[in-house]
Amino acid sequence: MMRIYLPQDAAALALGAEAVLRALQAEASRRGVVLDVVRTGTRGAVWLEPLLEVETPEGRIGYGPVKAGDVAGLFDAGLPEGGAHALRVGRPEEHPWFAGQTRLTFARCGVVDPVSVADYRAHGGFVGLEKALAMSGEAIVDTVKLSGLRGRGGAGFPTGIKWNTVRLASADRKYVVCNADEGDSGTFADRMLMEGDPFCLIEGMAIAAIAVGATKGFIYTRSEYPHAVRAMRAAIVAARRAGWLGDNVGGSGRAFDMEVRVGAGAYICGEETSLLNSLEGKRGVVRAKPPLPAVEGLFGKPTVVNNVLSFAAVPWIMAHGAEAYAGFGTGRSLGTLAVQIAGNVRRGGLVELPFGLPLRAVIEDWGGGTASGRPFRAVQVGGPLGAYFPEALLDTPMDYEAFARAGGLLGHGGVTVFDDSVDLARQARFAFEFCAGESCGKCTPCRIGAVRGMEVMDRIKAGVQPEKNLAVLDDLLELMTDASLCAMGGLTPIPVGSALKHFPEDFDVAARAAA
Amino acid sequence: MSAPSAELRPLPTPHWDEALAVEIIAAHAGLEGACLPVLHALQEEFGCVPHEAVPMVAEALNLSRAEVHGVVSFYHDFRAAPPGRHVLKLCRAEACQAMGADALSAGLLGRLTVEWGGTTADGRLTVEPAFCLGLCACAPAALMDGEPVGRLDAAALDNMVLEARRA
Repeated sequence: MMRIYLPQDAAALALGAEAVLRALQAEASRRGVVLDVVRTGTRGAVWLEPLLEVETPEGRIGYGPVKAGDVAGLFDAGLPEGGAHALRVGRPEEHPWFAGQTRLTFARCGVVDPVSVADYRAHGGFVGLEKALAMSGEAIVDTVKLSGLRGRGGAGFPTGIKWNTVRLASADRKYVVCNADEGDSGTFADRMLMEGDPFCLIEGMAIAAIAVGATKGFIYTRSEYPHAVRAMRAAIVAARRAGWLGDNVGGSGRAFDMEVRVGAGAYICGEETSLLNSLEGKRGVVRAKPPLPAVEGLFGKPTVVNNVLSFAAVPWIMAHGAEAYAGFGTGRSLGTLAVQIAGNVRRGGLVELPFGLPLRAVIEDWGGGTASGRPFRAVQVGGPLGAYFPEALLDTPMDYEAFARAGGLLGHGGVTVFDDSVDLARQARFAFEFCAGESCGKCTPCRIGAVRGMEVMDRIKAGVQPEKNLAVLDDLLELMTDASLCAMGGLTPIPVGSALKHFPEDFDVAARAAA
Repeated sequence: MSAPSAELRPLPTPHWDEALAVEIIAAHAGLEGACLPVLHALQEEFGCVPHEAVPMVAEALNLSRAEVHGVVSFYHDFRAAPPGRHVLKLCRAEACQAMGADALSAGLLGRLTVEWGGTTADGRLTVEPAFCLGLCACAPAALMDGEPVGRLDAAALDNMVLEARRA
């Protein structure tokens, strides 16, 4: 019997994993080999997908990227024994692209069967929750505080402090809500974790619930993520069956259960108060803060709202200790960051790294430069509301404060690379267009400002009174930054302003025409 | 107020089935914050949120018709009319832009002579925009009837569309 591990992460499927599976089955049956296929998530090297692994006495040997047409050749080369082949990458964990990472949150992703509780347990799963069940809520919160964990959704608010507010609130009912509305382009870490290691998120949410005294959890994710929705729902059923969710979590007598809810294509629902309104069945309109969701959140009850990666970091912290986690990273950015390398890049994928590595290392060492082979020109970090950085800023370390000082933001850790064919004036216009399309409409600076911004950019791009229109643009950016209710309108000036600051030549139509 | 004139009334939703809608709404109405799950379930069955169902949802969830209409119209996903037999969601966000998605989608829409959200004349294919499918490391990306496809180029896209329109 030959045991094969083949990812069914959406990115692996997008690159032909199903065709590879069919070819494997056909070739195995032709050769009389009995196949045992385990479908995993992805280890994150999207550039190696589909990454097929075969179990041998020397461990799992990887081959990638495999196409259906390669399968017969792989068998000829001795696939069952891990034989030599041009696509052989060896033991994945020893490959430099993986070996150079610090895999804490994503340690199991791509390794385990995502819906097997037994496999999760065998790889250290539920140890953190078991420890938490033996602790007081205060002690759990203190551990999370001590770890230095900050919200991985983008705002970077200390997770332990948020939890403590909910813990201290008195109410007949509290909620734990996972913000899995990962809408930023260039990011896919939440999707990858939900598809590849969903129990890790379940465990993190359960620990939060035990800490603050919540009994019900919701994972709010995206309709664009049908595979993550299916994986998450299957894992919740399995966790409930194994006694890790329900009326008696891990035999503790404590109750906590959860369900998955699917959004409906509104980017703004990634903003936490808009998300809560959407969960309540309303339009995804932003709420003014205060009151904070920790005090008056879902259905007016105290609610922990955290990103997928914030919750998913907690099981490791509980299992290995706060100091161990805080030992990674730099300054006030402690632990690891899931960096997602995307766009025009040769080796795209997710790498988990301690905070503090320079952006250049991510793009050049891990990313391997542009996919097109053309010169690098710009990188947008942190999604549609993140800054466009030029070559000169590539030495900025990947930490919250350093990015803020450079006029950008780390956001959810997405790094989108552009080659020299990019037109930054066009990207600036797109930022306004996106904001206009996705604004919830509650506040005027965002709702109207984004539309005015598109118009101004159209005039600038057409060379109409450029000086006057650039002055209007400056005014508009200042107004949106200062007067918008949430980050949608408040941060749209970041991509626009950074494009204008670092790439002014793209906005100077007369000069470009003369050149 | 008098009833709206016949010309202003929206067209009946194809395959509208009131009894089925009652069943779908009842199956989800007990959830906390039931509105989105109900609307998703209706669209799953009918391909859109039928305008006939809006007052029924309002009644079941103790909301006004205006509130339900407000929710339906807020979210990009909810359609007013059923799509074609196949639905292609093409990503238009930054990571895909960095790999030429703008030209790719403009070319396809031009060849099919449809706009975003439009359906080909043969009723076989609807092309909808998406803003990020989480396939940013294998851009440009799309979902064809929910199945992910990455590293698209014009030839691969045309092939896929051709196959879908045949099936």
